Amino acid sequence: MELLAFGDTGWGDELFYATLMTIAVSITAMFIGFLFALIFTPLKLSKNKFLNFIANSYTTIIRGVPELLVIYLFFFGGTGAVMFVASIFGYNEYIEINAFITGAFAIGIISGAYSTEVFRGAIQSIDKGQFEAANVLGLNKFGKFFKIILPQTLRLAIPNLSNVWQITLKDTSLISVTGLVEIMRQSYIAAGSTRDPLFFYSFAAVLYLLLTFVSMKLINRLEVKYSRGY
Amino acid sequence: MDLELMINSLPKLLNAALITLKLLSVSLIIGLFIGLFFAILRLNKNIFINSFAYGYSYVFRGTPLLVQIFIIYFGLGQIEYLRSTVLWVILKEPYWCAIIAFALNTGAYTSEILRSAFQTIKPGIIEAGKSLGISNKVIFYKIQIPIAIRQSLPAYGNEIILMMKGTSLASTVTIMDLTGVAKYIISTTFKPIEVFIVAGGIYLFMTFIIHQVIKFLEKKYSFN
Repeated sequence: MELLAFGDTGWGDELFYATLMTIAVSITAMFIGFLFALIFTPLKLSKNKFLNFIANSYTTIIRGVPELLVIYLFFFGGTGAVMFVASIFGYNEYIEINAFITGAFAIGIISGAYSTEVFRGAIQSIDKGQFEAANVLGLNKFGKFFKIILPQTLRLAIPNLSNVWQITLKDTSLISVTGLVEIMRQSYIAAGSTRDPLFFYSFAAVLYLLLTFVSMKLINRLEVKYSRGY
Repeated sequence: MDLELMINSLPKLLNAALITLKLLSVSLIIGLFIGLFFAILRLNKNIFINSFAYGYSYVFRGTPLLVQIFIIYFGLGQIEYLRSTVLWVILKEPYWCAIIAFALNTGAYTSEILRSAFQTIKPGIIEAGKSLGISNKVIFYKIQIPIAIRQSLPAYGNEIILMMKGTSLASTVTIMDLTGVAKYIISTTFKPIEVFIVAGGIYLFMTFIIHQVIKFLEKKYSFN
């Protein structure tokens, strides 16, 4: 227990902040994933073959390639890519991107591929009659989407999105290879300096279990809220 | 684009892909047995046995695979007692530590897949077997298991692909699998995009093959 003391003598406060970091990266990544899903779900559902092809390549490649490889691509390639874009605008100084942004972006792209599939499935399983009924009621495009389609999509998508959240949360452990101090990295540091890896990695496992357990409880509440009337 | 690097790194990466496949197949085989064992425990009516099996799958599905590998590779070596037993021969090898972690991990997911497959079998089918005077053992092996396999094939196919991606974590404990070699080439040449295309292409090709095999098996085991 001394090992977990707060302050200078133990690793309690370090691990606490590391847990907050894990939560922050997961939420940011999930949000970036939603943005990607927002772009790619319409492309998937579009009748244009070329747009379909782009969206399908995105989801197939990301879901078929290991997360770690994607993270290495961003970790080693991110700086180069940003500097290349900056050089077009005439900025030639060295730019260092911080590990949080690289990590959240890499995990976000992965999470986005899964979210896209979830939203596509949810929208496709909404009855055609709902779209037609919205047309008949004379709703405009926005009304149709926000009042009729979106609430139903969310109801169908939430159970699967909770799986995506779990995957995203666990994937953030891989960002530790880039040096961002989240749970895994902090445990690695603590294990190295105390020579007690068994304790710290087991404690990390407990922290992850706690995070998945609490988030499942919260998501269940959302699920109940959105399935009112069914 | 450095085409020369891509062509030169291809043989190295293909060799490393063999290690990935070896890790994958060995851990899938062990994991299938673990999964079947725990799925049967889950169906047991005894609440202790039942919750033990549930606890196992909950812990392994709720924590990242990376933590599991690190606990087994870095953590278990710390126990003095283990170092003096025969087990140490296995546990000091990163290769076997990775396989143990993968097998336990995929075993947890497989047990969930098999459990739900067993539970969706209609009771009528089992009753039909009983009324024909077939023993419980034969019903289990000849009726329940074949139906469960067919039911669980699509989900198990996904699990194989997830596990294939999971084997990339072996590179964090010094094993030079496909991702390990790719990372090595990236960090020596600083050409991440080229290496990513080749290594990612190999992974996608393996995904494609696994997908086709599962599709074929699904067709073979379907009722019509």
